[in-house]
Amino acid sequence: MSHAEISSPALQEQFDDAAQQKDAVTLGMWLFLATEILFFGGMFMGFSVYRQRYTAAFAETAHHLLMWYGAVNTAILLCSSFTVVLAVHFAHIGRNKAVISSIIATMILGAAFLCLKGREYYIEYTEHLIPNTQFVYGTEQKERMGIEVTQEEKDHPQTAAFAPQARIFMSFYFMMTGVHATHMIVGEGIFLWLLITCLRGKITPEYFTPVEICGLYWHFVDIVWIFVFPVLYLLHY
Amino acid sequence: MTTLDHIPDILVEDDRNTYLNISHKLKSWLLTKDHKRIAILYLIAITLFFFVGGFFAAMIRLTLLTPRGDLVQAETYNKLFTMHGVIMVFFFLIPSIPATLGNFLVPLMIGARDLAFPRINLLSWYLFMIGAAFTFSAIICGGLDTGWTFYTPYSSLYSTSNVALAVTGIFINGFSSILTGLNFIVTIHKMRAPGMTWMRLPLFIWSTYATSIIFVLGTPVIAITLALVAVERVFHLGIFDPRYGGDPVLMQHLFWFYSHPAVYIMILPAFGVISELVTCFSRKPIFGYSMVAFSSLAIASIGFLVWGHHMFVTTQSAYAGMVFSFLSFLVAIPSAIKVFNWTATLYKGSISYEAPMLYVFGFIGLFTIGGLTGLFLATLGTDVHIHDTYFVIAHFHYIMVGGAIMGYLGGIHYWWPKMTGRMYCNWLAQVSALLIFIGFNLTFFPQFILGYMGMPRRYHAYPDEPLWQVLNVMSTCGASILAIGYLLPLTYLLWSLKYGDLAGPNPWKATGLEWQTLSPPATHNFAKPPIVTQDPYRYDIGEPQARVDLSIPVH
Repeated sequence: MSHAEISSPALQEQFDDAAQQKDAVTLGMWLFLATEILFFGGMFMGFSVYRQRYTAAFAETAHHLLMWYGAVNTAILLCSSFTVVLAVHFAHIGRNKAVISSIIATMILGAAFLCLKGREYYIEYTEHLIPNTQFVYGTEQKERMGIEVTQEEKDHPQTAAFAPQARIFMSFYFMMTGVHATHMIVGEGIFLWLLITCLRGKITPEYFTPVEICGLYWHFVDIVWIFVFPVLYLLHY
Repeated sequence: MTTLDHIPDILVEDDRNTYLNISHKLKSWLLTKDHKRIAILYLIAITLFFFVGGFFAAMIRLTLLTPRGDLVQAETYNKLFTMHGVIMVFFFLIPSIPATLGNFLVPLMIGARDLAFPRINLLSWYLFMIGAAFTFSAIICGGLDTGWTFYTPYSSLYSTSNVALAVTGIFINGFSSILTGLNFIVTIHKMRAPGMTWMRLPLFIWSTYATSIIFVLGTPVIAITLALVAVERVFHLGIFDPRYGGDPVLMQHLFWFYSHPAVYIMILPAFGVISELVTCFSRKPIFGYSMVAFSSLAIASIGFLVWGHHMFVTTQSAYAGMVFSFLSFLVAIPSAIKVFNWTATLYKGSISYEAPMLYVFGFIGLFTIGGLTGLFLATLGTDVHIHDTYFVIAHFHYIMVGGAIMGYLGGIHYWWPKMTGRMYCNWLAQVSALLIFIGFNLTFFPQFILGYMGMPRRYHAYPDEPLWQVLNVMSTCGASILAIGYLLPLTYLLWSLKYGDLAGPNPWKATGLEWQTLSPPATHNFAKPPIVTQDPYRYDIGEPQARVDLSIPVH
């Protein structure tokens, strides 16, 4: 171990050298992601059970999600993963300004995702799809209650008999996308911290572990969405 | 050559800096990043929670003195056993050995300065305390009556107690467990001293490692399950609600996917403690080191596949029941490997009956009874007969109290001189170990008989038959003895802090790295990084695992 490594400002006292610190931090992040897989896994498991049990009702309800909002959001997240890769790459070759702009681009894309998601939630609220006391499922029911029915819904009418299972579907939809959106918000916070760290000039080609592990987290949240999107939006049959 | 018998006993008061006296300010404790101080913070917190949980147990036993349950009403009784279970499981047993002894010992045993992430370690303690604040506020504001299992739809629809608040506390507490487990895994992988290979790791480290795997992979599942219960309760979703086609048994599957492995979270660390103690007080290397080490990993992994044995009498299919029954039998194999290896270690050993060793003997006997009765419950047909009776209660208390708490107390008595630098009164400790053993058996053995005769769990009254009341009175008497047995260590251990004899670095003449540094250790643990040259338990040749310079710096 060289003297320069010992006196590296980013080296914490419990570690012998920078390599050990980097190994430990990276392993820690991977373990955290393993935890996260199990955390989301509980919801995916529950969803799969009901999807198998109530296939027809779940397929019909999936029609009433806003597929194009989900598709655009998928594209946005894929782009944000690309900008994260750019940030790691530029950190590796020491182009600090490019790192900063990649991080800002990632944060903007993440914010765009959240805005679209919020808009989507609002539309679902107006369509009485929130599984709360105001939940109404069934096109005829809605017309009788004097609730306005969209043209799209007239093309794919809701079967009132499916209402209970549709409620379960929407419960999973809001839990899964809600927990995912919470992770996005946390991700924005983490990237804000990373941005400040970069602006203070603490990221160098010798020490860019924070960019890497924050990037790991961001990629993970993206990958979760890659599973959430087809499972909820695309299984129409 | 320094052998264990030639290690100098440094029994003079000195004015060196230890992790305890480096600063006495409250702030230095509340903002500490030292794993040893965080261990003490946990120790104080869980001791408090243990006695609160014990108080509820005492109320339960007093109610059951008479068949009619004269002390409290049925609703209060439901709250008593729920709060006893919730506090003991989530706020005492799960953090007990890992968060106190584990935090204290993992870096010392592998020759590191600290855990890999000291700040996250402190965060774990704060999350634990915040979680406790939520759950305890639920308990203070009217209590909780769902049973510690939070089964739906009772917990999500019908209970009038503060389920959402309590569940939020357990959710937060879960992240404390996850971060502790993550910290241990990374530390054990990346922070070992030179020469500390995997097959030279102390067995306590192996069992902590296996426990940490369950923390990391199991806890998130109960976190999301309880989150779903809480959200369902507050916003009336339909996930577990039968009115909408939701399936309450799904909640049970998700719950036990964590909560059965959680049983191994509670017992595996105790296995580690027993492995350390049994070899030290027999003055023999552990018998079958690698088998004991790998059986911990086997228990951790098979333990993830047996959760269905909690649901033999639900809508789970009979075929699934058979598979779960078979897999549950499989767990008995690595557990039995451990017990046989401990007894083989005792064989022809030079055994001494110090207080920690008495807990080892208690553990081996009680855990064996608990484990064997577990096989009764894992048998499909037998389980239908004794499911939800006091037989189940007696079985898991033999594991949790007879096993986990015996191991915890044995460990506390063994490492107390290292943690505090002081010795407690040995004969008092021996008396209390004996009292706990007698009190425990008197409390829980009658419950096996009661359960087999058909007394259901979770009722505040029982039929007015003479034998039933005799057995229940025996159980309550035993609980009183147990209470004295638990209060005694609290007093003499606290007494020893001020008046106890100085312990010296290695009072038990043990081989582990943690004994080759001063008691209590300095903040940085070792004066110079140790270089490990030996297997952990060379009691046969009487040499420590590493030679560490013990000289006290001259001021």
